[in-house]
Amino acid sequence: MNRLDRLRGPVPPRAHDARALAALAANPGCARRALMDAAGVDKDGTARHLGFPAPFGQSQFAITRGNVFEALVKENGCAELLRLLRELLGLPIDQVGYQDVETVGSHLRASHTRTLIDRAARELDAAVFYDHPMLSLQIAGHTAYLEPDVLAFQLGGRFHIVEIKSFSVIDGQAEPEKVAAAARQAAVYVLALRALMADLGHDPERVSHDVVLVCPENFANRPTASLVDVRRQLAVLKRQLVRMTRVDRLLEGLPPELTFSLEPDDEGVPTRSARELAEALGRVPARYAPDCLSTCDMCMFCRDEARACGSTDLLGRQVRDQLGGVSGAAEALGLAEGTIVPGEGQEEIARVLRLANRLREECLR
Amino acid sequence: MSTLLALARLRAMRDGTAQRITTVRHCHVAERPMVFIPLKLAGEAAAPLGAMVGTDPGHPRLLVVPQPRNRDLRFAFAGELAEVLLPYIESFQKATETVEKKGGEPYERCLDAPQIVVPNRPAVAFTGLLGRSTRFRRVDGPHPVHPSVPLLGRWLTYFADRAAQPGSSLLLAATEALGAHWATGQSGLEDANLAALMGWIDPPAGMSGRRAAEEAEDPLLWPPAGPATDPGFDNEVLGPAIRAYEDAPTARAVERITQALRTQLEPTWRLMWRAVELLRALPEGSRVRDRWEADRGSFTRFVERLAEGGPPQARRDGAVSAAARLAGLERARAGYDVQRAYDDPLVMAEYRLTGEAFAGVVTSAEPEHFEGEGRSRKLRPLITVRTEDPVRLAPGTVLGSPDRKGHGAEVVGLAGDEITLKIVKGMGRGRTPAPGAVPEPGERVCYTSLTDDFQTSAALPDPEQTPWTHGGPPEEYVPSDDDAREEWE
Ligand code: SF4
Repeated sequence: MNRLDRLRGPVPPRAHDARALAALAANPGCARRALMDAAGVDKDGTARHLGFPAPFGQSQFAITRGNVFEALVKENGCAELLRLLRELLGLPIDQVGYQDVETVGSHLRASHTRTLIDRAARELDAAVFYDHPMLSLQIAGHTAYLEPDVLAFQLGGRFHIVEIKSFSVIDGQAEPEKVAAAARQAAVYVLALRALMADLGHDPERVSHDVVLVCPENFANRPTASLVDVRRQLAVLKRQLVRMTRVDRLLEGLPPELTFSLEPDDEGVPTRSARELAEALGRVPARYAPDCLSTCDMCMFCRDEARACGSTDLLGRQVRDQLGGVSGAAEALGLAEGTIVPGEGQEEIARVLRLANRLREECLR
Repeated sequence: MSTLLALARLRAMRDGTAQRITTVRHCHVAERPMVFIPLKLAGEAAAPLGAMVGTDPGHPRLLVVPQPRNRDLRFAFAGELAEVLLPYIESFQKATETVEKKGGEPYERCLDAPQIVVPNRPAVAFTGLLGRSTRFRRVDGPHPVHPSVPLLGRWLTYFADRAAQPGSSLLLAATEALGAHWATGQSGLEDANLAALMGWIDPPAGMSGRRAAEEAEDPLLWPPAGPATDPGFDNEVLGPAIRAYEDAPTARAVERITQALRTQLEPTWRLMWRAVELLRALPEGSRVRDRWEADRGSFTRFVERLAEGGPPQARRDGAVSAAARLAGLERARAGYDVQRAYDDPLVMAEYRLTGEAFAGVVTSAEPEHFEGEGRSRKLRPLITVRTEDPVRLAPGTVLGSPDRKGHGAEVVGLAGDEITLKIVKGMGRGRTPAPGAVPEPGERVCYTSLTDDFQTSAALPDPEQTPWTHGGPPEEYVPSDDDAREEWE
């Protein structure tokens, strides 16, 4: 059995969606997550079983609003989208075909999308919107299936990914974090579509790195479109995917029988105790950062672990940067209070910490 | 982030309780602030769901939008909010003082100004969005609204804009005000949760701050302080209640939603007033008054602008005024940082850490030292200070001191742990230094290369003034009918 399959145990691998893939780029230095993702381990399920569920609930209001907006943009064969793209790209397109890939049934969607893309790439002048397409991407030997909102083909000779998001653009401005998240996600689709193009023998560069972001404008539901350059996100993503294909390096030094298996009993409850599972996870180093709290299902578990060992990671990068590589809170405080003799290379940070400690004492006396 | 702050966070982490990072308070706390806790509907940009608002901790006013997607109900909410906020704001407009200005016309300034306190940064942003979605409305035409609605919009916009001004206290975000005075043993990201932050600073008796912060993360015990609501609450409580209202918009249905929102808002309401109390209990820094004076001036000018019938604030700044505004904010930030250092030894300590300031004991003084001959002969007292601080100041550097107003010195030279200074400013006009102007041997002194040029309120530009002085007059924004009719779905 493959080591990754053993890690996951006898349960089907967890499919990665674009959101999960996009989050990979958020903490690329974490071996624990790289390994769990490469093996297709269900992180959400793992965190729950450990008693540390992630606080990532979604409100029904947000979901409804998202669906309503998407439906509006796609109404009448994406008529609204065509109007937006005409304005945005300044193209004299008057006719655009519309294909709903979903009609073929989910098991065939990926291959159907593939056929359609191949055909479209050959017919140079056909402008088509593909609704509910399905792309795939190889993640460390597993196939991840991805569902972009819309693919737009052959607009000005280029292929565009269209992302429909329901956060508002008000007076030309949207919340930067939301735009950044949308860009990371769209980059995953661009990468997948480029991979498919290459696979079919077409020029992958025909897929534009400018994705079309469609959002409601101001306080109404009327959509507005803008181009977002995702080259930077693409670069980060590629690096992380390469890293994940080199999981053997992450596996080095780990006991061969190590597993994070969530194999369920008849009742669907994982057979392994939470304690054993936690121990197994503890063998793979994590790199907790407060950002994990919004990006990774394992965050509550890893935070608890960081707390237990008094890691300065808990306080965030800004604090760590001030501590010159001293990673333990007790050690940093010991250096500051003079109860620990600085080791080699620690003299400078120890001097600064001692001075800071003296100044604090003096001012708060 | 400085090493001093990092150290404070480490201590908080070890001791399980928040640590002071200032010795005084750096924001103004009004006698009668207005606490405002807005909630919005998830997934929408600016759909108010409700709010708790008021100046009396014992009597909050609870405003509710039973169906946040209904436009009329939203405007009704804006009208109700105006009923609470506008009289409060107006109560500060009457009493004024006349300010004499050197080389200018005397002008009027309100003796006091309103202060709104919201839970966090997103609440400030939401206040701005509420302002944006109401200020262009018209009282006549196709979608008439109550006259108080556009006025409220302009005020909310004003407050939200003003909150970007470093050192302004007209609109405070509680998490930021608290975070500027205490360090916790968690990350800045987690400090954005008001209940968790308050847990570290002010835990219940017998509980550690760490434990209290942990509990505060449970949305069932401590609902989020808004504007976003807890998704679990949305799905299990609010969703069904709103559907019931849609089926039958009865008083009972409204009451059900009201009760639901009350459970989400009341805990935060209590926390907010506790936060105000904690901040108020800190001794006030000496320059807080000057900054509040600038706030009062800004408030007065906005009152005048409204009275003169000026148009609502533009949708967005033009390029020039946006750049000028940014530059103005940067200057204000620098000024605010210096003021805090002058007011607070613990803030000054950050500059001592980097060598831009030092403190020590005067070892010798030569108060009647002169420089030059004949007519250019000048009184230049010399002092020598012994310090343990790592001074990084070159000879010739001009220094100020928080100990003496108007006092100025220049670095003459450094030798070992002793630094020699010559006093160049603040000795009076006589042939000998005014009494007390020259530090005496044995006195503890502090000097810094940061200069306190920012003492007067005039040096703190108001955002609404910046464009005029630094980018030419901005184009006047003329709201169109489209602005007034804009949808708010
Ligand atoms: S939460 Fe844990 S597993 Fe996930 S990225 Fe952070 S440290 Fe790695």
